Amino acid sequence: MNQIVRFTIDGIECMAEKNTYMIEAARENGIYIPTLCNYPGIKPKGSCRVCSVKINGRMMTACTTPVTDGMVIENHTPEIDALRKAILELFFVEGNHFCPSCEKGGICELQALAYRYKIMVPRYPFAFPQRDVDATSPLLIKDQNRCILCKRCIRAITDEKGRTIFAYKKRGSRVEIGIDPKLGKELTPETAQKAMDVCPVGALLVREKGFDIPIGERKYDKMPIGSDVEKIISHT
Amino acid sequence: MSKPIVATTSLAGCFGCHMSLLDIDERILDLIQLVEFDKSPIDDIKKFSRRCDIGLIEGGCCNSENVHVLKDFRENCKILVSVGECAIMGGLPAMRNGIPLRECLEEAYLNGVTVRQSNEARIIPNDAELPILLDKVYPCHEVVKIDYHLPGCPPRADLIWEALIALVTGDAMKMPYDVIKYD
Repeated sequence: MNQIVRFTIDGIECMAEKNTYMIEAARENGIYIPTLCNYPGIKPKGSCRVCSVKINGRMMTACTTPVTDGMVIENHTPEIDALRKAILELFFVEGNHFCPSCEKGGICELQALAYRYKIMVPRYPFAFPQRDVDATSPLLIKDQNRCILCKRCIRAITDEKGRTIFAYKKRGSRVEIGIDPKLGKELTPETAQKAMDVCPVGALLVREKGFDIPIGERKYDKMPIGSDVEKIISHT
Repeated sequence: MSKPIVATTSLAGCFGCHMSLLDIDERILDLIQLVEFDKSPIDDIKKFSRRCDIGLIEGGCCNSENVHVLKDFRENCKILVSVGECAIMGGLPAMRNGIPLRECLEEAYLNGVTVRQSNEARIIPNDAELPILLDKVYPCHEVVKIDYHLPGCPPRADLIWEALIALVTGDAMKMPYDVIKYD
């Protein structure tokens, strides 16, 4: 039998199986820890830092840290909320996120988190970087302007033979997601759709399809991101 | 006590935010009981006739005239509010920011499919009367100090209404989840 550990998140007593990653353990206890790079079923990376929490007084990422017995976790405090807000604002100014013209509007997780944290304007100057759009794949468009380099597509998407289709290319501030030229052309419609769904922003879009859900009915139009997790608490 | 005075303008925008202001529908009758309008496309007053309390700015800064108007608003309004994505981040006009200015002008006046045939003299307008284009489209708060921001493309009418009422009455603004949207 797996060992059960006890810990607290913002003073709330929680239980989970030992070695469960904190973000998942919190979810099981009805507590939402926001994230952009984490995705159920794929190995955590800790690249976006949005899930930063304070564990026993020390800042760590909840997606890569397993829970242990007696942990004291701070998730929703003014200090951590301010840090997350700053990280989200940096994502907005560092790329070219033109929400009004993006097909992922209303289902974009970056946008949804910005709504949740009530960001009216980023405090940093917009960088307006020059980045390219890769339209060489017949089924998928990759818009580097919106990519937040979370690596979800690299980690989650493979073809039927298990080969990865996406990879980092270039270095430093010029790093970007590359699509394998050969495998990109052979993508199945299902894999292309999966890639779009896995992408938390609008950097991967299925071609010839978009804006198919009317404004007002999209995933995050009415309820904030994470409210599905938090609902568990109100029902138990 | 005299009513608060509101001024509005549209810089590099599409007037959608002004249309959204009009979308407060019958509440506009309440609004004119609460405030007076000065310089604004709504009443077509071209120049400030007095110092205003609230200035609503739609659109970002894409040329020298936008900068001039924005600075004029800053000087003449106690509170400036950026209304909409263009004012807050440059919006759709800022999509030209990744393209060199010369390339933009050549596409617009020489090479675009709708102008290739009609502009036989191949002229890019350069009259001294025309405002000079900036190298990039800038959000308003990167040009002057902006006090409040109302996101959306356009901001929901309810958000503009809530903000105006909060500014006029001094009450805290209600911020329901479904009125703060970026698109």
